[in-house]
Amino acid sequence: MPHDTYTYDVLIIGAGGAGLRAAIEAANGGASVGLICKSLLGKAHTVMAEGGMAAAMGHNDDRDNWRVHFADTMRGGQYVNNWRMAEIHAKEAPDRVRELEAWGAVLDRTTDGRINQRNFGGHRYPRLAHVGDRTGLELIRTLQDHTIYLGVTVHMEHTVVDLVLDDGRAAGALAYDRERGRFHAFAAKAVILATGGIGRAYKITSNSWEGTGDGHALAYRAGAELIDMEFVQFHPTGMVWPPSVQGLLVTEGVRGEGGILKNSEGRRFMFDDIPDNYKPQTASDPEEGWRYVTGDKSARRPPELLTRDHVARCITHEVKAGRGSPHGGVFLDIAWIREKMPNAEEHIKRKLPSMYHQFKQLADLDITREPMEIGPTTHYIMGGVRVDGDTQMSAVPGLFAAGECASGINGANRLGGNSLSDLIVFGKRAGEFAAAWAREHAAPRLNQAALDRLEQAALEPFERGAEGENPYMVQQDLQETMQALVGIVRTESEMREALERLDGYKARASRVGATGHREYHAGWHTALDLRNLLTVSEAIARSALERQESRGGHFREDFPEKRAELGTVNVMVKQDTGGAMQVSRIPIPPMPDGLKQVIEEQKS
Amino acid sequence: MIPEATFKIWRTHPGGGGTFQSFRTKVSEGMVVLDVVHRIQAEQAPDLAVRWNCKAGKCGSCSAEINGNPRLMCMTRLSELNLWEPVTVEPMRTFPPIKDLVTDVSWNFRVKKGIAKFAPRPADAPDGTWRMAQRDIDRVQEFRKCIECFLCQDVCHVLRDHAKHEEFIGPRVLTYAAALEMHPLDTADRIPAMKAQHGIGYCNITKCCTKVCPEHIRITDNAIIPLKERVVSRYYDPVTRLLRVFKS
Ligand SMILES: Cc1cc2nc3c(=O)[nH]c(=O)nc-3n(C[C@H](O)[C@H](O)[C@H](O)COP(=O)(O)OP(=O)(O)OC[C@H]3O[C@@H](n4cnc5c(N)ncnc54)[C@H](O)[C@@H]3O)c2cc1C
Ligand code: SF4
Ligand code: SF4
Ligand code: FES
Repeated sequence: MPHDTYTYDVLIIGAGGAGLRAAIEAANGGASVGLICKSLLGKAHTVMAEGGMAAAMGHNDDRDNWRVHFADTMRGGQYVNNWRMAEIHAKEAPDRVRELEAWGAVLDRTTDGRINQRNFGGHRYPRLAHVGDRTGLELIRTLQDHTIYLGVTVHMEHTVVDLVLDDGRAAGALAYDRERGRFHAFAAKAVILATGGIGRAYKITSNSWEGTGDGHALAYRAGAELIDMEFVQFHPTGMVWPPSVQGLLVTEGVRGEGGILKNSEGRRFMFDDIPDNYKPQTASDPEEGWRYVTGDKSARRPPELLTRDHVARCITHEVKAGRGSPHGGVFLDIAWIREKMPNAEEHIKRKLPSMYHQFKQLADLDITREPMEIGPTTHYIMGGVRVDGDTQMSAVPGLFAAGECASGINGANRLGGNSLSDLIVFGKRAGEFAAAWAREHAAPRLNQAALDRLEQAALEPFERGAEGENPYMVQQDLQETMQALVGIVRTESEMREALERLDGYKARASRVGATGHREYHAGWHTALDLRNLLTVSEAIARSALERQESRGGHFREDFPEKRAELGTVNVMVKQDTGGAMQVSRIPIPPMPDGLKQVIEEQKS
Repeated sequence: MIPEATFKIWRTHPGGGGTFQSFRTKVSEGMVVLDVVHRIQAEQAPDLAVRWNCKAGKCGSCSAEINGNPRLMCMTRLSELNLWEPVTVEPMRTFPPIKDLVTDVSWNFRVKKGIAKFAPRPADAPDGTWRMAQRDIDRVQEFRKCIECFLCQDVCHVLRDHAKHEEFIGPRVLTYAAALEMHPLDTADRIPAMKAQHGIGYCNITKCCTKVCPEHIRITDNAIIPLKERVVSRYYDPVTRLLRVFKS
């Protein structure tokens, strides 16, 4: 029996940027709001975001506007995005960013006192509002400090194990608190998932322990559809050494400030492979690239700022060809700008303070003097809960999703900076429409028997005790498998092998054990996370098998080219009545002529 | 580096209290204390409780006392420690224990709510935006680097030794208040509350908080002392007081 029951109009699962922004909007819409998060308030993954949030405000280049941002996002996503979401995002991001300032955010300034914007991969003009390289901290703290005065009830260090439905409609959730290990029931008229990503399905990742794909799996088990799960973003620049920090992110801001990539022969290899559709916008030589990063509007961007999927593959290619760095990456050099600037050292420390500290403290390396060693790291998932572009509601009535766990805006590849803006644009919309839904619907009933069953299931690891499998070992094996077989470069045979192994881990996961008391028991928590990791891993592998082409973040060695007929569909997974995962292709609705025109006009 | 080292980790007992438990474990180059805790968790003590998120010094979750020094576990490299001796890892002592290395820090969130919220002046431009010069926000940005690790709260003797939690908000929350007070757009007045409810007078400028701040925020010099000065000039400076009498 759950220890107690809380009742809200709107229940929000997740307190990153998306969840907090949704909470603000729902509370402003008159709803009573409960907010649940696995960690303490302000610690969600959003806090780690570095580079900035994209919004076409045109402060640093007045040629920028929503049309350019929309076209950039669609091009980056290789046109399988939900165009409606890309449109809304491009149009609404500027207002959402300005609003942060009204709530106390202190973003870096231009010389005329407006919000400063920086360059980032795939964005045609300087577009990322930022604070040095700690933009995520500024975002989450601003939202957090605004939320605490709104009467939102925050349940920190609570983990949702499952959603509960009433007659097919979202009715609430069951969660346990970490401190005591007690179960709590939450009843709500509308539920918003804002649970972030899935990075922990891979061995090398920039994500924290929270990124176990909970929201994806909760939605899936509740009957919602997941799309685009094959599109995982491997960020080109993660730390590779020392081993304990492998995967830790090195912000793209380093390249935005002039950082260049070199192989062991000292060659700037990114100039060797520039995709045709990006050629007109890419610098023809290093000199032009430098002029671009220093703000020359007539210059084109250096190839280091091409989209992440492309840069990550180029790096992988160099390493495989034996031209890597000593610890299996390549070199990222920002120190070279000393040749160009008298005060380079100060400049780097001011523009990239946390990168400077990260390398100094964790790798004993001074980035103002030496190149860094970097390699690709699992960073972000474009795929997620399929939602309506305007309201963010899923196929399950009353269940909404926003932020990284939702899908659509990014298509096959996300541009850097488009996530933080996605969080505030669609977090707001989810909050707004969930509050409206709550106003229009009566309270659902919580099915007590279902809650009891879920609680029983969650406690099974304790019944098996020390006899059970070690959950950490299952998790490690799963991560190794996904890393090796469903990673940056994929082929059918390897993915089939991965699916077979996942079956084995499923069996092992059903035998994991936990001993001792339930209080703050990391082993037990890991045991419960496994179920979600397995679901998202299977969804990624099955979707990746289905997409027999290479596009954006998804690269198939056995189908290295893009295929036109797959450019008009999304891959979708859904649980069938027997509990098995069903894969299908769904057509992308045709784009209105107005938007098509925007894309055409921006092609030059 | 030696291949194995001993770590004495604080384990709480279910009924209350706790003791150090020794673990011997393999260590290698580049490891940080949090890696060690994780390794012990995975191999020897699956129920060992620890908070962490980012593993990069950005979230402020993994605060602890390592060999008695308040530090972030994820940013403390083993190469900085003497591994020939056992390394002790214990929770922050200023906060009530929950389990092992995890403490109840909810008090920090509660007192923060007691600070008057940000209240901007009317917009400068017709489009609803403001203009601020970078040099006018440098100071506030320093304070906003805070990752809420609460290590400064942990070392402050007013809280640690004198348990003035009900009367004194501590260096972290003073820094939060200072960031609002020095925000170029803000119009609220928090000075009377600093004196009356938030107990700024308890701080006797020992600077222990500044020394432990992993974000290198100059808490005492840049946040607390200027706030104290504002309190002083408001309440004790004769000229200002006289002016205030005439104004009112
Ligand atoms: C190192 C790094 C740097 C980045 N830099 C940038 C950048 O510069 N620009 C950009 O646009 N994007 C960036 N990103 C991506 C971006 O930060 C994330 O995509 C985004 O923050 C996700 O936000 P979110 O609100 O969706 O979820 P998160 O911030 O991940 O929050 C998820 C929340 O859900 C909660 N939760 C999860 N599961 C459960 C459960 N079962 N029960 C209860 N609560 C649950 C968690 O506790 C947490 O509160 C970066 C990512 C990383 C890792
Ligand atoms: S300077 Fe003040 S706030 Fe900081 S530790 Fe000393 S007494 Fe506490
Ligand atoms: S001021 Fe520094 S020590 Fe105090 S909570 Fe913030 S980051 Fe931690
Ligand atoms: S884990 Fe985030 S600061 Fe240590």
